[in-house]
Amino acid sequence: MTNIPETGRTPRVQIRLVVIQILVLSLLGTLGGRLWYLQIREGDAYAKEASGNHVQQVVQPAVRGSILDARGVPIADNETRLVVSASRTELLKMADDGEAVLTKLAGVLGMKPKDVQDKVRLCDAKTPQPCWNGSPYQPIPITDEATARQALQIRERSEDFPGITAEPEAVRRYAGPGGSNTAQVLGYLSPVTDEEITKAQDTDSPYLRSDQVGRSGLEREYDKELRGKAGVTRYEVDNLGRVIGTAEADPAQSGSNLVTSIDARVQRVAEYELNDAMKEARKGFDDNTNENYKADAGAVVVMEAKTGRVVAMASNPTYDPNAWVGGISAKDYAKLTGKNSNYPLLNRAIQGQAAPGSIFKVISTSAAVNAGYPFDGNYDCSSSYSIGGQVFKNYESKGYGPISLGRAIEVSCDTVFYRLAHDQWAKDGGLKPNKNAKNWFYTTAHDFGLGAVTGIDLPNEVSGRVPDRKWKQDYWKANKASWCKYGKKGGTYAQQIAYENCLEGNLMRAGDSVNYSIGQGDILVTPIQMATIYSAISNGGTLYDPTVGKAVVSADGKSVQTIKPKSHGKLPISKATLKDIDGALEGVVTRGSAAWRFGGWPQDKIPMHAKTGTAEVYGKQTTSWFATYTKDYTIVMTISQGGTGSGASGPAVRKIYEALYGVSPDGKIDSRKALLPTPQKTLPKIESDGSIDAPKIKPYVPPKATDETLVVAGGQLPPATVASEGTRTNRSARRARGGRRRGRGRSTRGMRRTTTT
Amino acid sequence: MTGANTFSVSGYGPERSSLSRLLARDSLARRLDWPILLSALALSFMGAILVYSATRSRTEINQGDQYYFLIRHLMNTGIGFCLMIGTVWLGHRTLRTAVPILYGLSVFLILVVLTPLGATVNGAHAWIVLGGGFSLQPSEFVKITIILGMAMLLAARVDAGDKLYPDHRTVLQALGLAAVPMMIVMLMPDLGSVMVMVIIVLGVLLASGASNRWIFGLLGTGGLGAVLIWQLGVLDEYQINRFAAFANPELDPSGVGYNTNQARIAIGSGGLTGTGLFHGSQTTGQFVPEQQTDFVFTVAGEELGFVGAGLIILLLGVVLWRACRIARETTELYGTIVAAGIIAWFAFQSFENIGMTLGIMPVAGLPLPFVSYGGSSMFAVWVAVGLLQSIRVQRPMSA
Repeated sequence: MTNIPETGRTPRVQIRLVVIQILVLSLLGTLGGRLWYLQIREGDAYAKEASGNHVQQVVQPAVRGSILDARGVPIADNETRLVVSASRTELLKMADDGEAVLTKLAGVLGMKPKDVQDKVRLCDAKTPQPCWNGSPYQPIPITDEATARQALQIRERSEDFPGITAEPEAVRRYAGPGGSNTAQVLGYLSPVTDEEITKAQDTDSPYLRSDQVGRSGLEREYDKELRGKAGVTRYEVDNLGRVIGTAEADPAQSGSNLVTSIDARVQRVAEYELNDAMKEARKGFDDNTNENYKADAGAVVVMEAKTGRVVAMASNPTYDPNAWVGGISAKDYAKLTGKNSNYPLLNRAIQGQAAPGSIFKVISTSAAVNAGYPFDGNYDCSSSYSIGGQVFKNYESKGYGPISLGRAIEVSCDTVFYRLAHDQWAKDGGLKPNKNAKNWFYTTAHDFGLGAVTGIDLPNEVSGRVPDRKWKQDYWKANKASWCKYGKKGGTYAQQIAYENCLEGNLMRAGDSVNYSIGQGDILVTPIQMATIYSAISNGGTLYDPTVGKAVVSADGKSVQTIKPKSHGKLPISKATLKDIDGALEGVVTRGSAAWRFGGWPQDKIPMHAKTGTAEVYGKQTTSWFATYTKDYTIVMTISQGGTGSGASGPAVRKIYEALYGVSPDGKIDSRKALLPTPQKTLPKIESDGSIDAPKIKPYVPPKATDETLVVAGGQLPPATVASEGTRTNRSARRARGGRRRGRGRSTRGMRRTTTT
Repeated sequence: MTGANTFSVSGYGPERSSLSRLLARDSLARRLDWPILLSALALSFMGAILVYSATRSRTEINQGDQYYFLIRHLMNTGIGFCLMIGTVWLGHRTLRTAVPILYGLSVFLILVVLTPLGATVNGAHAWIVLGGGFSLQPSEFVKITIILGMAMLLAARVDAGDKLYPDHRTVLQALGLAAVPMMIVMLMPDLGSVMVMVIIVLGVLLASGASNRWIFGLLGTGGLGAVLIWQLGVLDEYQINRFAAFANPELDPSGVGYNTNQARIAIGSGGLTGTGLFHGSQTTGQFVPEQQTDFVFTVAGEELGFVGAGLIILLLGVVLWRACRIARETTELYGTIVAAGIIAWFAFQSFENIGMTLGIMPVAGLPLPFVSYGGSSMFAVWVAVGLLQSIRVQRPMSA
């Protein structure tokens, strides 16, 4: 057999057949080449596209952990609400962008169609609230207060409501147990933004589109712990989205609970009494400004003296944290952030700073002792002290003669400290500091932790400032240009000051130094700093980082991570000096400037220590400070533009102690009424099913006793000299302070007014 | 010439046992073209597996039986194989006499499609539903009858020794013969099949030795026709979209470009060795439409990778290469023309089908020979294999 054709084939056909064969094989070659290109060269890219094609994630959001008080009472937890949401993506698919559906929905929900439409529009620079500032791909909540009936209507007629869902959802609730509010400490949540999602994409705790993120307070500080981990189930799906298999399933992990050292009952008392004190203060007349005290802001911190744990922390003005839940309304947002709001979102206990006034004297005393002045020496408490013809008057121009440093604290004698500070200033070289200048008054303040954050577990704490030589230099550099431009020799008062500052604002003048020694002038402190310092005096000298969080307990209660008290230093004084100061502070209560406020206090059973402070603020009314402690607790209260320390804050602080220890106004101790006679040691028990055995809370009933009855009951009239501080008798204090203000004209000058809490 | 045929004459030569007859040098079995046969069988069985993979989870079309399409594909292959044997048995020359009848029958069937008996599938009104899940696509058979009919006309005078090449009149007659069913198929409209027929006509004319003028004339007419069709708006929107999606692969991946996009993803994701049979996410997830028929190649691409998909191209290459040999080696023009028509048919249809899944050709509803699911197509290609075998077996033996 042979393949040679029998007959002659015409060459034309033969050639054409070869052409066909070449053509055919080259077509196949083309296919092979293209196949190689797609599968081998570009294969990886297509494989990626294919996996994106067929895997769908279904996310089960984790339940956010609760924030509990020291005994387990939830102060922030979750409640189930029926949330009606609209999917923008679905709505935009409709011809009218979902307008008809939203109008129908408004009818069911009993809302105005306009309101519903406003809620689903996206926020941008031009769009006012209400608008949605979360991810546009996430269902936008229209209301979280739908009734079961409304939800049923929507779900049963789902074909009438495309893109609308009505689902029960866990929504944050700030329970406010016992009437407490704790707003600024708790903080609030708001929806995660697109940027945050992108930023956290590759970290170990990525955000979901539906996530709420803690924006301030504990919610922010402990966001990672509270948030938990969302469950993600990756389904393999077909082209219609039907599930054809499960690729991976990570069940949701509920967020951990945060046990705080806050006691909701004490918190309530603190809030109530702070507010009440401010209300009372507003009734008082300020002779300096010829109007009633404004008492526009205040803060109080109740701290465990031996650990730095915060038992209560209140800031006023305040707000309802639930306003943020389910998206904040335009009205509420304006109320919280507007110019006239006085910024209730600020936590003034850690973010408000003011000159401390006389409560600073414990630091000045320590500085003096460290500089070599014996505590029990004799120091002239004259009625005034003059430096180069400039007269610095004592408080109310009263002289006590030669007294010890302890007595100077008790009666809050300014001239003793003026003299010491002036002495030191001169020793350090005065305007031209020595190379080895000790700057005792300033270094001691730094060693007490001033001018630096305390490290409390709350975000955005401010540091205050110690106006030492370095600060003066820096501040002058920063402001020189504007001072020199504005300043004018022989111009108005403000212009003269600016002129002087321009020339020598970098120099530490004698006046600055003596003024500083009594906590006036440029120094700024926060209530939490002072609470930390007075706690340290109480506990033997340890400066603890204040903490609100006490333990992070897993949702099933099995893993408990205790947040241990941490110290950031020791007071820079000897045990003996500490004891001396402790004694003097007790003297303040028994025979000093706060004695009239603690008449009838069971001092033998619960030794009370206190220091009053009244800080002057350029262009404003005085700041009231009151720093106190027992062996277990420290309470520091401040009221901006509130008047004097013992006058405005005194009664409120006493009432908080009365509530803590169960002391009645007449001084009897009823342990059954005591809210927390000793700090809470044990942690609340969280069961494995997540339930918490929390005690019931009775609302706080403030004692009926007014100031008058208190005084009568105490059987002791306030000392005449100090009584003039009282809000009711402010008139007599006017002259004294007025005089002092004039006397100190030079030193309080400058545009650098201290901001108040 | 007919005297050289030893196949149909029994008892010619010494008596032999059936086994030795089968194995004898000049036996039918020995003279069959085994590479074509084995390649065609391999393609059909690969097709069976791929069709099974594509349809086992498509519950909305497989009547709840995951083997529904597998069994039918194997049945079709079996029937096709029998048709091939029958074709070889009859021989292409015997069939030559029946060509007018077959041609008439096929034209009648495509006419039936245009009546209410016809059914529309995927925009093409090309089907006759027989009931019981069976349907017929007569345009597949027309491809064969056009080849046979044209070959008969064109080769008649040449094989008789009258002429070296078919004259103009014969060519015109042959074109007319092809034009009638093509017009009807165009009316369905089944443009894909028309395109295949145009290529078949081209192949047939080339192999017939018709004047170059006819070849270029035909090419020109084809081009002009394409422009006319486009300009006159005869095309349906879906057909225009297919071209648009081809011209711009990024176009509307969820709409017009969906098929091609998903097909490319499926094939591309296969890589060298594929995801493994039944493990392709694109296939299991039914992302590629029409995957058991027109887009069956994507299953191979995804699950068997470059190795498996390349094997399909290679096997098709073997069939076409052997067919080219058959075309060249047979001495009678009739056989050459038939073989060339089949080559043109298989080559273009394979190139178009695979090419569209690879994104180098616009989408057209054409099955991949042997591999795609579909009875009519399967029967037609196996008959074509039978014709090729017959041409080889019956070719004039030397000496």
